[in-house]
Amino acid sequence: MLSKRIIPCLDVKDGRTVKGVNFVDLRDAGDPVELAWQYSQQGADELVFLDIAATHEKRKTTLDMVKAVARQVNIPFTIGGGISELKDAEALLNAGADKISINSAAVRRPELINELANAFGVQFVVLAVDTKHLPQGDFVHLNGGRIPTEIQTQHWIKEAESRGAGEILLTSMDKDGTKSGFDNILLKEINDMVTIPVIASGGAGNEQDFIDVFQKSDVDAALAASVFHYGEILIPKLKALLKQNNIAVRI
Amino acid sequence: MIGIVNYGAGNIFSLTSALERLNIQYGMINQESDFDLYEKIIIPGVGHAGAAMQKLTESGLVPAIKALKKPVLGICVGMQLITSYSEEGDSNLLDIIPLKTLRFKEEISHKVPHMGWNQIYPENDSPIFSKIAPGTYFYFVHSYFIEFNPKFTAATCNYGIKFSAGIQKDNFYAVQFHPEKSGEAGEQLLKNFANL
Repeated sequence: MLSKRIIPCLDVKDGRTVKGVNFVDLRDAGDPVELAWQYSQQGADELVFLDIAATHEKRKTTLDMVKAVARQVNIPFTIGGGISELKDAEALLNAGADKISINSAAVRRPELINELANAFGVQFVVLAVDTKHLPQGDFVHLNGGRIPTEIQTQHWIKEAESRGAGEILLTSMDKDGTKSGFDNILLKEINDMVTIPVIASGGAGNEQDFIDVFQKSDVDAALAASVFHYGEILIPKLKALLKQNNIAVRI
Repeated sequence: MIGIVNYGAGNIFSLTSALERLNIQYGMINQESDFDLYEKIIIPGVGHAGAAMQKLTESGLVPAIKALKKPVLGICVGMQLITSYSEEGDSNLLDIIPLKTLRFKEEISHKVPHMGWNQIYPENDSPIFSKIAPGTYFYFVHSYFIEFNPKFTAATCNYGIKFSAGIQKDNFYAVQFHPEKSGEAGEQLLKNFANL
């Protein structure tokens, strides 16, 4: 049976991991390769690296980091941040990234999704969507939730799927950082609407939140950052709990 | 030493990295005479099977591949190329193993592409699945699958339908999943192939 995936997300800047990593036995908490290797040993199914300060000048540093991760790590990984052109994506593919995630560049120019899917296949293209609930409905936001758009989240995701997105990474800005659980209602609505995999993001605070998101929304994967980095949730224990709750996981 | 058929269908950095981690020596096959340099051959591939077949044909390496008596391992689209035919682009393929590559029918209960970790069940005692237990998870990313066949299937997987996660005929082996991305289980499979 296809297993549900557990995905730690790492923020990187200038090729180094930043913020909130607090493993006990790390020699270098800023080394993305060591962190990625640790997570793969703990049973993470996949990794997401978010380049939070991506610029053209620093592209080479990011590529070197991607290569170093691909050399050492035996599970798939996605890299996002600052990808707005085909050549950015191609360089990341050749450096060993399994997938790329795009966000605001696709909102600004939706054809980018078609171009990436045609050039590298739908499996390579993850569409990241930051969404916030407003009185009129759910709306796409840019710049980490700071800038609202007039694009309805549901419409955007359907459009992105038809343009060739291979997977949706949906972050609820209402839940992000609250540790109050994933937005299971919205995630179920989105998951029922598309025929591509959906990754839940935003709100993970404890193990029960992961059990709930899989049971209530049936998404394909759940992503979190700080709860893993600070060791508040240990992946082997989380997976054992998921299994006890009859959720298919790779152990 | 393993030779990797270098015909331009997809990125092979992850594959060569996995071989390096396992201390398995490898080189690239760019022309027919290169086949003599290696004891075993890997045919990688991602993307569109029809497009990959066209690139392989243009490389001029097809007759030499079909004549190989050394162990050969096809990975992902490299696996599909070893079959007779793919529904993807209605393409005729190498026809080394007489099976068909079919598309997952889109149903809302089973998303396409089949992406993520799924369990495999070895069949027919194929040596590349040595020391790999039934139910072991491997990493898959594909929209087309190779039909189950009692004779040639080396491992099965279920995704709405039972299909071939691995196939074998004589010296030709192939797997649908990505061993280079499948953790320790994938490394075991690559070691099994290297040790054939």
